Amino acid sequence: MKVSLFATCIVDMFQTDVGKATVELLERLGCEVVFPKGQVCCGQPAYNSGYVKDAKEPMKKMIEAFEDAEVIVAPSGSCAFMFREYPTVFKDDPVYFEKAKKVASKTYELTDFIVNVLNVEDVGAKLEGKATYHPSCHMTRLLGVSESPKKLLSNVKGLEMVDLPNSYNCCGFGGTFSVKMGNISEQMVDEKVDSTLQTGADYLIGADGGCLMNIGGRMQRRGENVKVLHIAEVLNHH
Amino acid sequence: MSIQYNKHTFKDNVEENLNNSFMRGAVVSAQDRLRTGRINAAEELGDWEEWRAHGEEIRQHVLNNLDYYLHELAENVEKAGGHVFFAKTAKDATDYIQEVATKKNAKKIVKSKSMVTEEISLNEALEEAGCTVVETDLGEYILQIDNHDKPSHIVAPALHKNAQQVKDVFVDKLDYNPQKSAEAGELARHVRTTLRNEFLTADIGITGCNFAVAESGSICLVTNEGNAGMVTTIPKTQITVMGMERLVPTFEELEVLVNMLTRSAVGQKLPSYVNVMTGPRKPGETDGPEEFHLVIVDNGRSNILGTDFQSILQCIRCGACVNVCPVYRHIGGHSYNSIYSGPIGAVLTPLLAGYEDYKELPYASSLCGACSEACPVKIPLHELLLKHRERIVEQEGKAPISEAMLMKAFSLGGSSSSIYATGAKIASRVVAPLSKNGKISKGPGPLKAWTEVRDFPAPKKERFRDWFKEHEKGSDK
Repeated sequence: MKVSLFATCIVDMFQTDVGKATVELLERLGCEVVFPKGQVCCGQPAYNSGYVKDAKEPMKKMIEAFEDAEVIVAPSGSCAFMFREYPTVFKDDPVYFEKAKKVASKTYELTDFIVNVLNVEDVGAKLEGKATYHPSCHMTRLLGVSESPKKLLSNVKGLEMVDLPNSYNCCGFGGTFSVKMGNISEQMVDEKVDSTLQTGADYLIGADGGCLMNIGGRMQRRGENVKVLHIAEVLNHH
Repeated sequence: MSIQYNKHTFKDNVEENLNNSFMRGAVVSAQDRLRTGRINAAEELGDWEEWRAHGEEIRQHVLNNLDYYLHELAENVEKAGGHVFFAKTAKDATDYIQEVATKKNAKKIVKSKSMVTEEISLNEALEEAGCTVVETDLGEYILQIDNHDKPSHIVAPALHKNAQQVKDVFVDKLDYNPQKSAEAGELARHVRTTLRNEFLTADIGITGCNFAVAESGSICLVTNEGNAGMVTTIPKTQITVMGMERLVPTFEELEVLVNMLTRSAVGQKLPSYVNVMTGPRKPGETDGPEEFHLVIVDNGRSNILGTDFQSILQCIRCGACVNVCPVYRHIGGHSYNSIYSGPIGAVLTPLLAGYEDYKELPYASSLCGACSEACPVKIPLHELLLKHRERIVEQEGKAPISEAMLMKAFSLGGSSSSIYATGAKIASRVVAPLSKNGKISKGPGPLKAWTEVRDFPAPKKERFRDWFKEHEKGSDK
């Protein structure tokens, strides 16, 4: 299957390793991966801050870059959800509404794609250690993907999965929320870090670059030893 | 009390409350308890999603036909011998109620919890008219005797206090024996004795209204303490104050919504008391008021009808959204500076009281969607917060200029892939000197707030898209 990779701006600039792992993983699973060159950011930072008009420019660019794709895969639940929301954003624009519907209907978050499109639950990954999983909010609640990552992780050889207390609580990222409401965000991410430490896990795994940057950045600042990994990196470890 | 507590900024309130470890401990444990209770109670019902869809349908139907049902309700209340008053503003409502109190020469008034009476500052108005007002719900009562502390939760107004703090208030204000325990039952028993005499000597009883039933002109009160039953049966005059949207067509819908309300609020199948009353006492009846007034309050609600925000009026005031909100969890209800706190407050307060004082509330959310997921009548709360933000930015022009410029740059950068690619390259070069060991611990501009508490990853030397170009060549595609 020919997969058009929606890399996300966080991966493109800061989490190159996640991008690489995603490509290698998909190729290992028999997909041909292409990177539509015209891609920019999905527009979510501006959209979620209320700058809907400003957000529409990059969104249009993204629609054009991806409208001819066979299937679109993103290593991020939140960004994949933004693509799924495009028809709502362009509901009053007859031209882009139709295009947006096309893009939305073929967009998948990485683990959802592997489990529900490729029908694979064991990707042959191996990683020694104890891990806990942070279910990011947009991915579980808005995109509705919660079981796929768990299924895939449960089949990683050598990995012991432990439950994260209060896992359903947001880590405090929320895009611009993390800087606009910095002190509230700090309390939220601290609670997430504390819950992770309680589990005694070696790894905290997530499927969203933003959350991981937030939790990982706080872990690092506090000097904690837990390694924060994107699920693509875990699934590509063999 | 009006909808607003004080003139502090949101930021100041948050700062103060983040440092209140007592409050935060009480809120976190209450939230965990209420959330679990709600989920268990919802599971017992079977297909909760079907119930939610039904609840949403009922509420939307009422809002879309509000004029019809209000007319039917008013007609049936009058048919049952009650008086109905439509109050356009808070002042219209308090003027009317003051007038009733004056006519009845009332000295003492007992109240059963009602958010809308807080919203319209009814207690102050009645005190002005020379009346003593006694709150009779345990939570409200605690707040009232504790120097008029403010409610911090729409269902459990004293949620920010733990039992020990309540005991301290009782010792201080109610001559509670300091040797006695801080056990909830013991404390409640003490209040019960104190309040008994207040019920027996009150001239007027005032209640809120969980739901009004249009087909019969009845009002329904859902309580656990039985105080609403006392308020509505002992005093000779009863006044019920309701928000204009709080009604259902028939008893059939009432049953559905009461079920959802109590399960969502506190995880109960049913509350201890569901009182349904129709008009004043009828000949031959042994209890109930001789005179009944229903005050239907608009106070800004009709301005919400027919707008993008109409669905907020579906709210049945269960507080489920508050009980799951990770922001409320840390800042508590007082930070919202409104009697309506949490996600429902962040949406409703700016609509009722304007952006001037409340333009920060729609940003007090990470848009995690926990509120929308918990809402029993499917109000898309996180989407309404987004709509507020859009309005604040695009219509009200209240966004900070620096932020607006940044977003313009973002839009420009995103409008062309080459500008985007160049921009990203420049951005990484600009921040590169700030990084040490692959991280940035102290950044300028938008990075400042981030790096105050977190490290920021240094941009990679090789961007993903450059790696991919090489990778493509290597795999010879």
